[in-house]
Amino acid sequence: MSSTAKKKGFGATIWDYLTTVDHKKIAVLYLIAGTLFFVIGGIEAMLIRIQLAEPNNDFVSAGLFNEIITMHGTTMIFLAAMPLLFAFMNAAVPLQIGARDVAFPFLNSLGFWLFLFGGLFLNLSWFLGGAPDAGWTSYASLSLASPTHGIDFYALGLQISGAGTLIAGINFLVTIINMRAPGMTYMRMPLFTWTTFVASALILFAFPPLTVGLFFMIFDRMFDANFFDHLNGGNTIIWEHLFWIFGHPEVYILVLPAFGLFSEIFATFSRKRLFGYSSMVFATILIGFLGFMVWAHHMFTVGLGPTANAIFAVATMAIAVPTGMKVFNWLLTIWGGNIKVTTPMLYGLGFIPSFVAGGVTGVMQASAPLDYQLHDSYFIVAHFHYVIVGGIVLALFAAAHYYWPLMFNQMLNETLGKITFVFFFVGFHCTFFIQHFLGLMGMPRRVFTYQGDQGWDLFNYISTIGAFLMAIGVILLVVNVIITAIKGEPAGRDPWKDGRTLEWAIPQPVPYYNFKQTPLVRGLDTFWIEKMEGNKEGMTYAEPISDIHMPNNSFIPFMISFGLFVAAFGALYHQDADKAWSLPVLIAGLAITFLSMIVRSLKDDLGYHIHKEELMNEKGGKK
Amino acid sequence: MSHDVTHTRTQQEYEYDRKRANLGMRNQVTVFALMIFLTFIAFASVQAGMSAYLVAPLILLFAAVQVALQLYYFMHWSEKGHGMAQFFMYSAAFIAFTMILAFITIIWW
Amino acid sequence: MDLKTKFTPQSWPAHPENATLEGKNKTLGFWIFLGGETVLFATLFATFLALKNKGPNGMEFSTQSLFELPLAFIMTMLLLTSSLTSVYAMYHMKNHNFKAMQAWIAVTVVLGLGFLGLEIYEFYHYVHLGFTFTQSAFGSSFYTLVGTHGLHVIIGLAWFILLMLRNSKRGLNLYNAPKYYLASLYWHFIDVVWVFIFTVVYLMGVLD
Repeated sequence: MSSTAKKKGFGATIWDYLTTVDHKKIAVLYLIAGTLFFVIGGIEAMLIRIQLAEPNNDFVSAGLFNEIITMHGTTMIFLAAMPLLFAFMNAAVPLQIGARDVAFPFLNSLGFWLFLFGGLFLNLSWFLGGAPDAGWTSYASLSLASPTHGIDFYALGLQISGAGTLIAGINFLVTIINMRAPGMTYMRMPLFTWTTFVASALILFAFPPLTVGLFFMIFDRMFDANFFDHLNGGNTIIWEHLFWIFGHPEVYILVLPAFGLFSEIFATFSRKRLFGYSSMVFATILIGFLGFMVWAHHMFTVGLGPTANAIFAVATMAIAVPTGMKVFNWLLTIWGGNIKVTTPMLYGLGFIPSFVAGGVTGVMQASAPLDYQLHDSYFIVAHFHYVIVGGIVLALFAAAHYYWPLMFNQMLNETLGKITFVFFFVGFHCTFFIQHFLGLMGMPRRVFTYQGDQGWDLFNYISTIGAFLMAIGVILLVVNVIITAIKGEPAGRDPWKDGRTLEWAIPQPVPYYNFKQTPLVRGLDTFWIEKMEGNKEGMTYAEPISDIHMPNNSFIPFMISFGLFVAAFGALYHQDADKAWSLPVLIAGLAITFLSMIVRSLKDDLGYHIHKEELMNEKGGKK
Repeated sequence: MSHDVTHTRTQQEYEYDRKRANLGMRNQVTVFALMIFLTFIAFASVQAGMSAYLVAPLILLFAAVQVALQLYYFMHWSEKGHGMAQFFMYSAAFIAFTMILAFITIIWW
Repeated sequence: MDLKTKFTPQSWPAHPENATLEGKNKTLGFWIFLGGETVLFATLFATFLALKNKGPNGMEFSTQSLFELPLAFIMTMLLLTSSLTSVYAMYHMKNHNFKAMQAWIAVTVVLGLGFLGLEIYEFYHYVHLGFTFTQSAFGSSFYTLVGTHGLHVIIGLAWFILLMLRNSKRGLNLYNAPKYYLASLYWHFIDVVWVFIFTVVYLMGVLD
């Protein structure tokens, strides 16, 4: 197999991406798919805000509104935020630790295709009889009563994409444990790698309860089981527990990588070593641990009793401590640094106050008696949007600018980037800050409309204006991407000039085998150390040039995921008496999946080698 | 990384390893006997109709011991290089414990 | 990796499952996966404990009235023994004795099939009594917990059989040694789960 990259036709490129097992290309796939779902979720958000812009609005009906809020939440969490984070993890983490690829390239591809097919299945519900309408939490008593197939799409779609996420999590864990370059000890790993590691561990332990909960839901709705049906001894609270045992760690699965991204950005653009590196690592682990001990704070008003509420309230407040440590470490990283306010840095500077605001309201809700007042009001909506948009989405936008040159060898336009930031940031605060007050004034969440003259009219209108400003921000980012792509100026190695970690040491475009020679890591901020010592190559090598082992591309991950996608339709329509074709479809889908797995298992797939001579002739990716 | 490093053991090394493996296997059979014994006691103590307050903790303890034997011997945790495996399994056990505790205390019944 | 390398017992590495980078990754990845499986089963156990003996008003079924310990005892013995036989298989794998390894795996599979047969008989018996998956929350949670374990047994058996068939001509090499090792780990894990099932579901179910 030849290694030299040739200009390929369109069809060949598509086929390449369908079969790729290269972490850099999978990162691009995650980025594209995640952006697609982010835009869909964003459109749903705009519909919500248009409907709520004025009292007694009839822009959408009550039922449709329920579907929109459900799909907005579900899409944004499962199909936008997580895949976009996976995009940056895939792009950066193997390079940061000096690895040639992830531990399981095949599974990496399988994880992506499972997520994509699960996401497509969920979104097809819009065209096939109605979307899920019981909220993203899909509490059992409500969702069991839902007459359409929407909830079935929700349960089956999330099941498929959840399997993909679990696979991706295990893959990152093994990659970070086993694939680090010589000298890359745990306490020399960049913080984004650390947060990816902890987030992956959370995925590992948080997704099985969701899987089980969704199976219960599927069994109850499609196969007449009684897990949540109290008439037959079931218990609806079980769903709430299972959902939040998953759901709370999920918040940290999302926000920890965001913390990691900002830690990289602050250190880079303050041109200073990250302040308190070890305490940052410790705080990350502590947040991960505590994240599992606090789920019932979502259920204070269920009536678990004062003892349980008190325990979970205290545990929840404890999380503020490691999070506070992180905030102070960021501030002290910036303090006294040689600061360069680039677009990613600008997002970082906006992130700190926004996220702290979200954290403070979180501590307010951790106090159980107060939570009885705040529960199910717009105060909650404001809180979690401050955490998710103020924390995660700002991190995603920052990372998009920061890692764009790493992923595509092009720089996004800085001026346009800063304008994007202003629109998005102002729009974000305009939308959600005022919602705190709406909540305190008594406006409940998840209502499709409200009566006029309760003092809510103006605030809702302002909130909607903010949403439009955010939309302008997103459109500007897309424009920026298009302009950059058309210009097509190569950015070259270390385009920010201040890169500290190994991913910036690699030549651009990144060769498909990553490192020609495995680097030797001599400390935290490897690349920075080499630059300071005047090493033009940016790396000290741990080995001479020798053959590199590479995995083969494979179409099987696509087929496995496609089989489950087909089978899900069979399972979904199985409950309808008039659809006799459902059972054959279910069986056919599972057959596709299992046959693909058997083919995979029977073949000896040993990969191939790039030979030393070939590597010598190549000038490290420069064309 | 690219090619497998194969190392042929000397005759002495080979014989030594073989002997150790034989001893190890004999050890595994002992462990198995102990597991069968624990199982037998557990079933017998339930069948004997003693107080549930005595039997329940006892058989749970036996189960824990048996699982530990299975993990440390049959699944080789007692050998080197299983630190990460243990870390993840113990974390999982801790979360499992929390969850089960919650489901028998604060689930409403 | 090179499949052409021919090994003798003397050149065969002491830990073939960890002799290649792929093998190392697989072993660690599989242990991590088992960590996730542990939480998955914990969720099923927790739900079973919450819904045990819960059903429609005046339900006649309970753990006391349904479970029979002799059957559970025989099933336990079968599965425990199969765990030992798979240890024997791995012993021979490390000695590079392919025929003995395949034979012990075959014994493991036979014992596993015996276990599965008894489990199917047990379910069939309960269904015959009217205690079904849809009859009550107790039924749903019981069949889901024990049935998920049974599904794992089926997967483990299929895995073993597929491995025996695919490698019967190939013999033992560093590419398939980790596969055997992982399948046996999976089988031990199934036994670990069963230890808790017979204790928590059957024994503690019969206790009053």
